[in-house]
Amino acid sequence: MTIKTWLDNAVQDAERRGLPALRPLLESLAQAASALRTADWNADATDESHGAPTEPHAG
Amino acid sequence: MPAERTVAQLAQALRSREISAAAVCDQCLAAITRRNPSLNAFITVFADQAREQARRADDEIAAGRYRGPLHGVPVSLKDLIDVKGSPTTAASRVREGHVAAADAPVVTRLKEAGAVLIGKTNLHEFALGTTNEDSAFGPARHPLDPARSPGGSSGGSSASVLAGMAYASIGTDTGGSIRIPSAACGLVGLKPAIGEISTAGIVPLSSTLDHVGPLCRSVEDAAIVYDVLRGTTGENGAPETADGVRLGVLRGYFTAVLDTQVASAFEQACARLRDAGARLADAGIAHAGDIAPIYLHLVLSEAAVYHAKTLESRGDDYTPNVRQRLEMGRYILAEDYVRARRGRELLTTEVDAALAQCDALLLPTVPIPAHKIGVSTVRIGGSEESIRNVTLRLTQLFNVTGHPAITIPCGATPEGLPIGAQLVGHTGATTRLLAVARALEPYLGPGRSR
Repeated sequence: MTIKTWLDNAVQDAERRGLPALRPLLESLAQAASALRTADWNADATDESHGAPTEPHAG
Repeated sequence: MPAERTVAQLAQALRSREISAAAVCDQCLAAITRRNPSLNAFITVFADQAREQARRADDEIAAGRYRGPLHGVPVSLKDLIDVKGSPTTAASRVREGHVAAADAPVVTRLKEAGAVLIGKTNLHEFALGTTNEDSAFGPARHPLDPARSPGGSSGGSSASVLAGMAYASIGTDTGGSIRIPSAACGLVGLKPAIGEISTAGIVPLSSTLDHVGPLCRSVEDAAIVYDVLRGTTGENGAPETADGVRLGVLRGYFTAVLDTQVASAFEQACARLRDAGARLADAGIAHAGDIAPIYLHLVLSEAAVYHAKTLESRGDDYTPNVRQRLEMGRYILAEDYVRARRGRELLTTEVDAALAQCDALLLPTVPIPAHKIGVSTVRIGGSEESIRNVTLRLTQLFNVTGHPAITIPCGATPEGLPIGAQLVGHTGATTRLLAVARALEPYLGPGRSR
């Protein structure tokens, strides 16, 4: 599920449940989820690492 | 403030019978009577039981049955911790009517050590917050300025120690909830390594991030309470002086968002440590920018599991802010939670790598001093920051990775509001961290005895 689809569904569900104040929190959660999904340590099915944990960077 | 003595100093006075446990208990109860109406630090006060425990301690000490340095010492407990026969409110209406059927293991250990349990302290509802403002019992307030927050979520605990209503307090720390209020109140606060101290009998926030530990007046006191909670005696093999201690000073993300007074106090503390012979070198965590989203996904998912049923059946019994944050967790997708778990592994290896060449990491504890109750944002370096995000910014990493961490006072603002510095130890090596912290403590704060 894309972040956009997830957010649209979540906001709709929160409003249906009488929790419209959740919208800004869900928007911030969407930003956080997007950060996780685009992080450089994610593995995917084309990776050589087969999902092994990334080595720590120096610094 | 009456409790100027540390636990260690009080223990000597009690053992030598220079002072009685009954008199010390009465002093703390008098402080509670005098100050709790304005500070709101306690939810429950165990006056009668505490007097009885103190009287028993005096009898045992007089009979030569001294149990150790907590014998006869008044200790408060965050009201997430079960004490048999009394309510564990978690500062929530959701817990109305609850009475604990048994002592939490940490309470059993405190009782076996002869501690006097003075009462249960206020907190941010279910520990889900850093200000103590969202509590069914109203906010706890800072003893130095009741218009300000004493930090959270263990805010009643920090206020109770600073105001002399207890000599130490037991708190919990899921993202910084021992270290944040300790820093705000000028105390020492220890988050031990993950899993060292049992969280059984304690209302959970996050099953993989929760820690239990002490808030107190000195590193020595933290070690005393830690040993009791853990049920062991510390073996001190680390350096006893600051000379030669190797410190990695975390920069980048960790010093990018700091109140100018906090930044100044921290740099001055670094200079004092260098003057004392400590060897400081800059260090960093490559993926520090990912800490907040990783933490958020872990803590909210795990909290939502515990609260799902009552959110459905008694949602209106939560304070609005806490309810909303818990509801957020119910929308997190499993794949994003798993990503956060993977990020956690990476951050753990990066903290281990940063520690590889040093005895401890050093960084500020909280980017701002104690803030006014009722404000939700703070201006730092030209940008508006959320109080919640900024207060968690420097502490939550070590809940994610499980490394032991301790905050020690390192200065104050011109108005006298305390500022804390944080030391982080190697995986599982809390005792070693305590030894390093004890060596550095005299140099971290200006004007502390050397």
